[in-house]
Amino acid sequence: MKILTGNELKSGDVVWWTGYNWSRHVSDAIEVGDTVDQIIAREIAARTVSDCYTVDAERTDAGILPLHIKEKIRATGPTVRPDLKIAPPDPAAGNWVI
Amino acid sequence: MDNVLRFRDDEVHEEPAVTLDSFFGQSNATAVRLEDGEDARQLIPYLDRLALIEIGFSNFGDGRGYSAARILREHGYTGELRAQGDVLVDQLAFMQRCGFDSFAPEKPIDAADAQTALSRWDNVYQKAADDRTPIWSKRHG
Amino acid sequence: MYKYDSFDQQMVDTRVEEFRDQVERRLAGKITEDQFKPLRLKNGLYLQLHAYMLRVAVPYGTLNSEQMRMLAHIARKYDRGYGHFTTRQNIQYNWIKLEDAPDILADLATVEMHAIQTSGNCIRNISSDQYAGAAADEVADPRPYAELLRQWSSFHPEFNYLPRKFKFAVIAADEDRAAMRLHDIGIQIVRNDAGEIGARYYAGGGMGRTPMIAPLIREFVPIGELVSYAEAILRVYNRYGRRDNKYKARIKILVHEMGAEKFIEEVEAEFVHLQGQNIDAPAAELERIIAHFEEPAFESGLSEDIDRTDPDFAVWLDQNVDAHKRPGYAIATISLKPAGGIPGDASSAQMDLMADLAEQFSFDECRVTHSQNIVLPHVRKADLYALWQKLDEAGLASPNLDLISDIIACPGLDYCSLANARSIPVAQKIAKRFADIDRQKELGELKLKISGCINACGHHHAGHIGILGVDRKGTENYQLLLGGSGAEDVSLAKITGPGFDEDGIVDAIETVTDVYVAQREDDERFVDTYRRLGMAPFKEALYG
Repeated sequence: MKILTGNELKSGDVVWWTGYNWSRHVSDAIEVGDTVDQIIAREIAARTVSDCYTVDAERTDAGILPLHIKEKIRATGPTVRPDLKIAPPDPAAGNWVI
Repeated sequence: MDNVLRFRDDEVHEEPAVTLDSFFGQSNATAVRLEDGEDARQLIPYLDRLALIEIGFSNFGDGRGYSAARILREHGYTGELRAQGDVLVDQLAFMQRCGFDSFAPEKPIDAADAQTALSRWDNVYQKAADDRTPIWSKRHG
Repeated sequence: MYKYDSFDQQMVDTRVEEFRDQVERRLAGKITEDQFKPLRLKNGLYLQLHAYMLRVAVPYGTLNSEQMRMLAHIARKYDRGYGHFTTRQNIQYNWIKLEDAPDILADLATVEMHAIQTSGNCIRNISSDQYAGAAADEVADPRPYAELLRQWSSFHPEFNYLPRKFKFAVIAADEDRAAMRLHDIGIQIVRNDAGEIGARYYAGGGMGRTPMIAPLIREFVPIGELVSYAEAILRVYNRYGRRDNKYKARIKILVHEMGAEKFIEEVEAEFVHLQGQNIDAPAAELERIIAHFEEPAFESGLSEDIDRTDPDFAVWLDQNVDAHKRPGYAIATISLKPAGGIPGDASSAQMDLMADLAEQFSFDECRVTHSQNIVLPHVRKADLYALWQKLDEAGLASPNLDLISDIIACPGLDYCSLANARSIPVAQKIAKRFADIDRQKELGELKLKISGCINACGHHHAGHIGILGVDRKGTENYQLLLGGSGAEDVSLAKITGPGFDEDGIVDAIETVTDVYVAQREDDERFVDTYRRLGMAPFKEALYG
């Protein structure tokens, strides 16, 4: 499967396409299909991301993860700084009082 | 000529610039165009009779034209020196310092933006082809 | 140390405003990413694997405590509490936001720092000897000459769109602590027979995918023409350097393809022409800069005695402290290579501490080294024990300078979008395998350098032992190289043979060091034994 990724223009953060917006968590990524070129063009024009591209990914027990090690490290943070890993989304997020 | 930003007081030179090959083939041309990487020093014997030298930038990242321009000025060329092609607003100040006094960017540059870019730097660190006094010279009177 | 005057300050401040304008134009959509990229790169702002990365210049590696504290402040306020000191004496921050970048540069400008030309196809930060001004073997302090070149190269109108990046190193001693001949231009400040100061020019060195040692271009350039000679070399390169293939665009390829003799001919002709162009600053300007680098107020009559009672201190003293030109003083190196740590990384708290120690013990100065450590250049011998105690408390007293665990490593695939393999975990595993400091000392001087891709930011070609990470069918694989050096005995390392996986490369390092221990004669270093015996016994032990 293919998922869409980029870096947010203002922050530079690694983000993943969720179907309607961008998430910092690869677990929110969805498989993209034929319309991906349109999404890329629209998102670059809207300046939400500096650039974006598709990567190969697979569903694992830990959720969706890119296949290639470089994209895995992008998704999860430097392997040598576990303290800086991106936290998985809070499973209780749906109950947050915002 | 709509897109040309010109910083000279003399009359606009109307004769179109010819290629270097054509220039050497016709003895009376007064305007010539150098492409990226063509040797500016070949023009040294003819600088007196040239009124316009256009230097092409096929790609903004190809900086050979900066050296070509400076060489022409260092050899005493006083006519119009025009940068044509992929010329960006953030490059104008460098180009002017290398001796360019007119710019014909493929994608038009707003005249006010050009003015801002050209007037940004009050001082310069090095001697180049313009008449600006380097900081080291100002420091020592 | 050099102190900005109002001109220098104005140049840096203007650049901050120009960059702020460029960022605003990008965020407002007036320019595209393609147009913005070369502009942000000219200010050291990359888009890396996880975020924007900002490379801040530390000119010729010299910092005062106020500047070091600012580096800590930036790590704390705008990044994630740490920074990475690089092989070109710069510092990199890995988690920068584009919208913060102009404010960071404005903060840096308040302490006379910047990120000007730390990337892009232009003249980069000029590196130098970390022992400058303190070493007994230098003919002069090389930094004033580096500063003169820094000013000349900053916003140079002709040389901002070169075929490729361009790096200078300036040293002034026969011992080369800056990998001078592996730079695009290497300058050694020398004295001629008449006692005059001048510059010996090398050009066309470099690492990357085609490593080359720079040939001698001119034995002696009078110091008053230092800049115009550099200008001649740069002009020849700008005009004739290849632009058809970015992998063949460095000056080393031009010098190699043209031949050093023909290249020298072109440079000399251009130099004769430029001598008439009034390019060099007058002697008074060089004197003005030299005055900034006047020696600190060294005391005389200091004790040479050092109390070696504490055995851990004695180990550090023997390994990390070097001779100073003045009696009673020493040069101390703070290792940023703790066992299991990340080579070259320092937390904001560690940076603050190093700033305090520089202020307290080293006339307010510290240096970044090309092997990613920090030097306190002027420490009274009597203060060494007190200094060591404070370093030890903060985990900064690893006694491993120039030993096998003093590893140069690029950020590798953990941070870098160009990398093919991780470098840091390999460095960590090797440091752990050789954790016993007595064993390290037994192996003696051993420079181990790791790059995560062929671009060679980790200097693997110049390692006594080099490691190059490659991508082999989607997995990380590590090639082993032997016999390189970035010092005055400069040489390029050779690949041993097929590569290894991550654990295999650690075993392979142990195998080759075992060969060395078994075969060495007298007080040979690893690299000396390799040079005497050649590759064969090492290859035999590795591959059977």
